[in-house]
Amino acid sequence: MNEASSSAEARPSLGRIFWVFLVMGATSLGGGVVGYLRTGLVVRNNWLDDVTFVELLSISQTLPGLNATNMSILVGDRLRGAWGAILATVGMCLPGATLMTAAAYAYNIGGDDPWSKAFLHGIAAGALGLIVVVMVQLGSRVLKGFADYVIVLATAAAVAFFHVQVPYALIAAGIVAIWWHRPREGKVHKPHNEPVGERHHE
Amino acid sequence: MKQLGDIAGVFAYLSLLTVGGGMAAFPELKTLTVDTYHWVTFPEMLHFYSLGQLAPGPNMMMVVSIGAVVAGLPGAAVALIAFFLPTGILTWGIGRIWTRLATWRWRPAIQTGLGSVSVGLVLAGAIIMGRGAVTGVLWAAIAIVVFFLLLKTKINPAYPIVASGLVGMLAHWLL
Repeated sequence: MNEASSSAEARPSLGRIFWVFLVMGATSLGGGVVGYLRTGLVVRNNWLDDVTFVELLSISQTLPGLNATNMSILVGDRLRGAWGAILATVGMCLPGATLMTAAAYAYNIGGDDPWSKAFLHGIAAGALGLIVVVMVQLGSRVLKGFADYVIVLATAAAVAFFHVQVPYALIAAGIVAIWWHRPREGKVHKPHNEPVGERHHE
Repeated sequence: MKQLGDIAGVFAYLSLLTVGGGMAAFPELKTLTVDTYHWVTFPEMLHFYSLGQLAPGPNMMMVVSIGAVVAGLPGAAVALIAFFLPTGILTWGIGRIWTRLATWRWRPAIQTGLGSVSVGLVLAGAIIMGRGAVTGVLWAAIAIVVFFLLLKTKINPAYPIVASGLVGMLAHWLL
């Protein structure tokens, strides 16, 4: 294995990084960015292997922040350090941000029209269906025991019905859940199953 | 200027809550942008959120729309930077020390524990969103059909979501 040549392949220029992420940021329609990321990074450009991709994805999902931007940062940093991370993230965000800025101005002009209201109310109902699917798929991968379901319901009820602020719920439920899964002697914890063929919210 | 400061504060705070996806921040997003600052109404926020699901790239680009509604282009830019910079720096830093954390015995506990909590937060977000989006039988039916369609097939979510909008228009025409 020639170390030098493989690392040379794995170090694209900053401009190339920006361009590849810009294309992914512009084409990943429909909320499935993770699938587009895998195609762009693993399949097309060979910047990562599948094992590394899943490893970076699991970091992205554990930390706060959206999967799409967390992945951009982690991959950009691996390829070209801090500037790689910055350019990858900017490329990923630029198309969507431009579109949603335009959407805000369009909404100002046509948002009160009853036809656009009917359309927007329809897509809100449809988007809710998408969110519940993403939640079910995340849950089927993450939730293992009865206690995990108790944590889910307690967290959701606290926030949605008892108006507990999210940070308090996050910290309180987080401490209980982490303590429940605390490292114990003689028990080997397995990380999450690999998220294969799943819809991702980012 | 004060508005830009408020935008920066609100979205930087919200970004730290997006554990397990943007939906985890939805309850606080609603509280702050609708109830506290009155930047948008709840239906407006829902509309931007749903449009954001159709936009390419990260699915929370609706923060940029709210920034633009409040303070034009500077507002959009501030919302974007505030929403992605704090978590970005965190991810960048943790990413660099992750190999050392890989063997840390608490790491699986944190990953599994936070996994359950994030599902709970997404569920809370979905419930709150449902209160605004499901205002009648038709809208409930749309949500349920899209749910099963996406669960059972590999179809790109953009299609059924746009179709939901068209059904909404059809209902407006007929009713």
